[in-house]
Amino acid sequence: MTKREACIAVGETGVACLSAVGLSKTFDGTRALDDVTVSFAKNAITALVGPNGAGKTTLLNVFSGFLRPDAGQCFVDGRDISHMAPHRIAQLGVGRTFQDLRIVGGLTVLEHAMLARGQQRGERVGWAVLGIGVRHEEEENREAGLRALGYVGLETKASTRAADLSYGEQKLLTIACCLAAGRRTLVMDEPVAGIHPAMVSDLTALLRRLCGNGRSLIVVEHDLTFVRELAAEVVVMDEGRIVAQGLPRSVLERTEVLEAFVD
Amino acid sequence: MMEYLLHILILTCIYGVLAMALDIVVGHAGLLSMTQAAFFGIGAYASALLTTVAGVPWPVGLGIGMVLSSLMACAIALPSLRVHDDYFVVATLGFQMVAYSLLNNWIGLTQGPFGVAGIPPLTVGGYPMRSAWMFALVALVFCGISWFVVARVGRSPFGRVLRAIREDEILVLALGKDTLYFKVTAFVVSGALAAAAGTLYAHYTTYVDPSSFTIMESILIASMVIIGGAGSPWGPILGAVVLVTIPEGLRFLGLPVGMAGHIRQVVYGSTLVLVMVARPRGIIGRYSFGR
Repeated sequence: MTKREACIAVGETGVACLSAVGLSKTFDGTRALDDVTVSFAKNAITALVGPNGAGKTTLLNVFSGFLRPDAGQCFVDGRDISHMAPHRIAQLGVGRTFQDLRIVGGLTVLEHAMLARGQQRGERVGWAVLGIGVRHEEEENREAGLRALGYVGLETKASTRAADLSYGEQKLLTIACCLAAGRRTLVMDEPVAGIHPAMVSDLTALLRRLCGNGRSLIVVEHDLTFVRELAAEVVVMDEGRIVAQGLPRSVLERTEVLEAFVD
Repeated sequence: MMEYLLHILILTCIYGVLAMALDIVVGHAGLLSMTQAAFFGIGAYASALLTTVAGVPWPVGLGIGMVLSSLMACAIALPSLRVHDDYFVVATLGFQMVAYSLLNNWIGLTQGPFGVAGIPPLTVGGYPMRSAWMFALVALVFCGISWFVVARVGRSPFGRVLRAIREDEILVLALGKDTLYFKVTAFVVSGALAAAAGTLYAHYTTYVDPSSFTIMESILIASMVIIGGAGSPWGPILGAVVLVTIPEGLRFLGLPVGMAGHIRQVVYGSTLVLVMVARPRGIIGRYSFGR
């Protein structure tokens, strides 16, 4: 069996949380993804590293449906998602956080977590107007939201406007939203970049706890100390290709990987 | 005099509903639509034609007007929502122009610029609402029901998603919500309520012609939302009160007839500019317009 066939098999059986076979994506003549074949393990933290412009965020955007691949397929728990809309992929259990922190500043922290809850009856306009069952459901959303906020340590900020949180707290809120929505696979673009150094260890612990509770994490990160400490596996990208995959201590010592970072 | 005050009250109720309905799209979802007068017109003409030509009772006209308007809203929303910001405004302006041209030129159906006359008064329990008092009561009840609907929509999880879309559509998609569904639905609800206001208007004036449903009318309704303030039902109602009563009040200044119309335009225009500059959120609004 070739690597390609193996990956298709892995993708279709759902052994991997996310996998891709032969993904390509070109922007104005630049190959952002060049025949990427990769799979990410379930219940583990995988770090996706590489120099700027290596295609890491592009890969995340294809996995979360914001970009359509020019060629190739990608799978979530064995389902082909290559042509699925972003919200449908999210409903399959893939949560996404963004590098440029996307947040609804006008909502309170709790409202934000409640917004994240999936399949709400009160989001159907007819039910919303009639008000049948909406109040009860909102109670459930509130409880689930508070639980998610408690998990990341934001419960005391529940009634603060999201815009008034610190940068690090906003990052925690985006994670809480994935939890409130019940996502099993979290795709995170630079979760520790730009936050206060004192918070990094808290965040590391939080991500570990998430993984321990049966979630799969794929984390794009530049901070190699953070990666060494956290990741069970490292995938290295350069110029739109996967150049290495394996245990952090072996992969991050290899010369071609180090060279990719020096460029 | 009393009749006249009641007339202003009825107009305020009708425009209040139009503005509140528009606020679902403009305020909550953040989509500046310029098609509200077209939905208003569809409702008014559906009622006018069905009750005069087909002779059906007014609730049938109301229902069919709302359904037609909803279908139209879907037809408009699906292509327009694929473009963003200013392009969306232009797209809705285009549909407004098309709707007006249809009313004005499809003479076989709408009688064109001659309009439809002889629309019967509303009847409640077989009793016709002929007096201004009666009609004002109906208008107030109608305005109250619409207020309830709009407030419910705004406070519900549905409204929460709309407000989130207004700030960051990509995030809402990433949270697993079909943003197109929410935007189209907001547009449909808004259009259906505007059509209901049209029914009320047709039965109140007993005569409709295309000149009541022009682009100027759409701009006027949008101005009510902007001046009163977007994001809650009270702002648009306040906007409707201001923009209905100010021009009426000017009548009493004893200006020469030729001048009055121009002065009204000046006052209306400068009110809008003043609000945009001094208070971009409108009088009691939640969101600011312009930067």
